[in-house]
Amino acid sequence: MTATRASLLAALAVLVAVPWWVPGDYYISVCSQILIYAVFALGVDVLIGYAGLVSLGHAGLFGLASYAVAIALASGSGQLGAVALALAVALLGTAAFAALSLRATGIGFIMITLALGQILWGLAYRWVSMTDGDNGVGVAARPMPFGFNLEVASHFYYATLVVFLLALLAAWVFVHSPFGASLAGTRDQPRRMNALGYHVWLIRFYACLFSGLLTAVAGILFVYYTKFISPQTLALTASAEGVLMVISGGSGTLLGPIVGAALVVIVKNVASAYIERWNMLLGAIFVAIVVFMPEGLVPGTTRLVRRAFKLRPNAPAPTGEPAPGEPAP
Amino acid sequence: MTALSIRKLEKSFGGLRVTRGVDLEVAPGERRLIIGPNGAGKTTLFNLVTGELKPDIGSVALFGQELTRLPSRRRAHLGLSRTYQIITLFPKDTLLRNVTLSLLGLSPLRWSPLLRLDRQRRLIEQAERALARVGLAQMAHRPLAETSYGERRRVEIAMALAQNPRVLLLDEPFAGLSVDERRDVKTLLFAIPRDVTIVMIEHDMDVALDLAERISVMHFGEVVVEGTRTEVVADPRTKEIYLGG
Amino acid sequence: MSLWGILAINSVAFGGLLFLLSAGFSLIFGLMRVPNLTHGSMFMLGGYVGSTLYLTWHLPFWLAALGAAATVAVFGGVIERLLLRRLSGSILAQVLVTLGISFIVADFCLLTWTGDPISVATPPGLTGGVRAFGLFFTTYRIAIILVACVVAALLWALLDKTRLGAMIRAGVDDPEMARVVGIRVSRLFTIVFCLGAGLAGFGGIMGAPILTVYPGLDGDMLPLALVVVILGGAGSLLGSLVGSFLIGFVYNFGQAMLPELAYFVLFLPMVLVLVLRPQGLFGRHAP
Repeated sequence: MTATRASLLAALAVLVAVPWWVPGDYYISVCSQILIYAVFALGVDVLIGYAGLVSLGHAGLFGLASYAVAIALASGSGQLGAVALALAVALLGTAAFAALSLRATGIGFIMITLALGQILWGLAYRWVSMTDGDNGVGVAARPMPFGFNLEVASHFYYATLVVFLLALLAAWVFVHSPFGASLAGTRDQPRRMNALGYHVWLIRFYACLFSGLLTAVAGILFVYYTKFISPQTLALTASAEGVLMVISGGSGTLLGPIVGAALVVIVKNVASAYIERWNMLLGAIFVAIVVFMPEGLVPGTTRLVRRAFKLRPNAPAPTGEPAPGEPAP
Repeated sequence: MTALSIRKLEKSFGGLRVTRGVDLEVAPGERRLIIGPNGAGKTTLFNLVTGELKPDIGSVALFGQELTRLPSRRRAHLGLSRTYQIITLFPKDTLLRNVTLSLLGLSPLRWSPLLRLDRQRRLIEQAERALARVGLAQMAHRPLAETSYGERRRVEIAMALAQNPRVLLLDEPFAGLSVDERRDVKTLLFAIPRDVTIVMIEHDMDVALDLAERISVMHFGEVVVEGTRTEVVADPRTKEIYLGG
Repeated sequence: MSLWGILAINSVAFGGLLFLLSAGFSLIFGLMRVPNLTHGSMFMLGGYVGSTLYLTWHLPFWLAALGAAATVAVFGGVIERLLLRRLSGSILAQVLVTLGISFIVADFCLLTWTGDPISVATPPGLTGGVRAFGLFFTTYRIAIILVACVVAALLWALLDKTRLGAMIRAGVDDPEMARVVGIRVSRLFTIVFCLGAGLAGFGGIMGAPILTVYPGLDGDMLPLALVVVILGGAGSLLGSLVGSFLIGFVYNFGQAMLPELAYFVLFLPMVLVLVLRPQGLFGRHAP
């Protein structure tokens, strides 16, 4: 317990100290980006890891919040009003999204979320009078909460860090709550949960809303980060990246999505410096992870390392470990 | 008033009529045994009673209250619990967590996203008591995946009992158990107080015979014979089903 | 008046293309329960390969189309054998792998055929149009409609009249049972996957003279295939036929009347079906 607490404090210290040990504004901004995507990935993980529902439309919800902020600001709303509007729009959008997607589970859920995500993308792209299509919408200025100038990279980082920590706390409380336990139950044995007295559909619906809330928060941070939003942000690739973050880090944990977000953002930034083809790399990573490390990088690496040791002569054969290529649940 | 009243319950899958007009009346506090060969429609009957399947025709009432149109979850809240023949528990979780989930299902706490589940003293104590009742208190913190088949059966019963049901449905509680385990489960079932009405399915007639006051024999989706133990054993149709069937 | 007529004929032609795309998707999904997210890529790949065969290698159009279909079918077979096979039973893994491959294919196409759209001229003999009922019908669109009808008839004959078709139908109805009665499900899967991929590739080159071939075509077509299948019901040939033409109409009319919200309008029938009949118009199980 104290060891956990100590490592948490250490991690927090490292995060707070980022502007000191990270060279230059560019890299501080990359750290902000990681935190933003970590919030997004937590939102995706609430569904994948705890509800057992894979959404391929979350970039749509993310973008919905971003567009709401940008459009509200462009039409003269105040910062607070824009953020409130974005949260409201995104939650309403999520509610509709969930009500339709939850007509199915499993593959059906994936297909419907994908289709719905594409609708939102299509709207962003085609509804030119509202979104200016491909040109996107710019945000003139970041807000100045309590006179704190967020235009400075390190200031923006701290604001993001605070929101990230709040989101992480919320996710922690959520998964350790009785509701979190109910949700995990519906993931493992939906029929049994129904017979035990749980309203499985409604539990999943609320979980979608919470996931949508985290996603919207990430979307709002994002639009302030880039000060620009275009249909690109809502593309299927972006939803897929969210899923990749969760899967690569390890779904059903809170650390996994954060590690995954860091990995994806870093690889993407590094890769884009050397190669143009991020998508091909993304695809290759997907295939590789599924084939070699179905349970995620963090648990997967541990397993491979352990196996490497166990395969020495005299060591007991590995037991109870899924073989590579064996499907992840 | 009857505890459980089933009228003309019919269910077909495709062209196959799995239950055909089942009528069953179980008195409060009664121990009823339903026996019959494989494929007689016993488990389907349970699924119809709990609402996991929707009947084509017929009705189910619990202490006079009509259940037929209610979803499964509502029936649980009205005091109907069951165990399963094929164990459908939560393998990654501990026994305590399994039973806690069962308790939580009937508690308004289940909607709370803000409290901490492991701080819910009363709930956890109740779960511990339920496990103690089936003699598994000492392994409450063991993951279900690391327990034996017989222990899992007892967890099933603990989960059903934890819900404090008025009517308890047991789907082959003795299936796959060793002689010792059977004796344990039997003692456990004898200890259930009379305010719980029990309906039990068994494939094998001998195991559960001395638990039951009345017995219904099902065959091809119908209740063929019904009566006390001696009546049913004496009835030629019972012999026909079990020997000549 | 004639605008409506032209829109209608365009809708039917587009529906025909959608049928080529979605029939395979529906069969693969219905039979193997694999959500094949590479299906849009197959369509695009067919368009690229076909246009290269036709424009660069100067093969006759129909030969180029068959070549494209065959290439894509082989590609589909390889994916099924090498990757999907190992992942059977795990939906998430299959989704991720097919998604990953679709990204790789998209980038590969961008690398090979550059980002500029390739327009394919209407094949000789199919240019021009026919004047009838006071309307002007483009010959090529009529050709697409005919081809789609022929393919539909062939598929129906395959499914309804052959042993292979009987096995596929049995598999769609109850995959477990099919395995139990000794149908060699593994080979069946490969065949169906190749067939589905090939049809999508064929659709890609058939559509090229109308849609052109461009990066992002995969992403435009995949959701359409999804919508058609959700609408029509997974594994149902009739479902994908009806769904395709329905979506063909909604898409074309939506674009003409509400260009900004066309995408939104496109999904309305899907929303309605999900609310009223989640298993699809002709489907048996919910997706």
